[in-house]
Amino acid sequence: MAITREQDVVPFRNRVKELAIKIGMGLVNQTKLITAASELVRNMLRYAGHGEVRMEIISKGRETGIRLTFTDKGPGIADISLAMQDGYSTGKSLGLGLPGARRLVNEFDIKSEPGEGTTVTVLKWKNG
Amino acid sequence: MDKIPILRMGQFLLVTIQIDLYDRLALNLETDLVSMVHKTGARGVLIDISAVSIVDSFMGRILGNIASMTRILDAETVVVGMQPAVAITLIELGLSLTGVHTALDVERGMALLETKLGPMDLMADEDDNSE
Repeated sequence: MAITREQDVVPFRNRVKELAIKIGMGLVNQTKLITAASELVRNMLRYAGHGEVRMEIISKGRETGIRLTFTDKGPGIADISLAMQDGYSTGKSLGLGLPGARRLVNEFDIKSEPGEGTTVTVLKWKNG
Repeated sequence: MDKIPILRMGQFLLVTIQIDLYDRLALNLETDLVSMVHKTGARGVLIDISAVSIVDSFMGRILGNIASMTRILDAETVVVGMQPAVAITLIELGLSLTGVHTALDVERGMALLETKLGPMDLMADEDDNSE
């Protein structure tokens, strides 16, 4: 799903919610996943202007979960460990976006190349 | 352009957010509310978020801003109706909504505002049909 403007965020969150309901994820985990997704999609819009999100249902053994991959071709993040610290922001936000999103999901992976763009992958297990 | 309606109830303003907000809409609400407090001289603001399914850091910041801005204009803000899943998520996200009063529902929020402002103010405004 392409995200090009702020108004795309609401339908995107709804899509994530539909997927979460489809695999029977409970309300608290749904809310955590959607909140994390909302933080990441805002980062994408703010720093890269636009980007894409891939949504997948994945299974490992008896576990089912949702994986979201956020890809943008923005300026990238020069210092990822700094960006992952609570309260650090180059914009004027609270600096909770990335570290907060990481706390809300089970797996979190970020790859960024200055000048090339950023890819963030998050995974939330149904019962995680 | 969508707009969140702001209702006036005596000395209070009541906002019921019934749709999921995107950032621009939340920012507009912040501006509208602060101007409404100024225009009406309201002493309290109640924001009902019972229909809101997620509060992320941006929305949390807006709620905090509204509380601080209205306080400067001599009005208290109470956020009511937060879903349990939203509360759990907010804390894990790392947001404590410092400076924002909260209450379980509109009724309790109203009671909280009344105790904060003193019952006198409210009665003065609704005195016309007393015995």
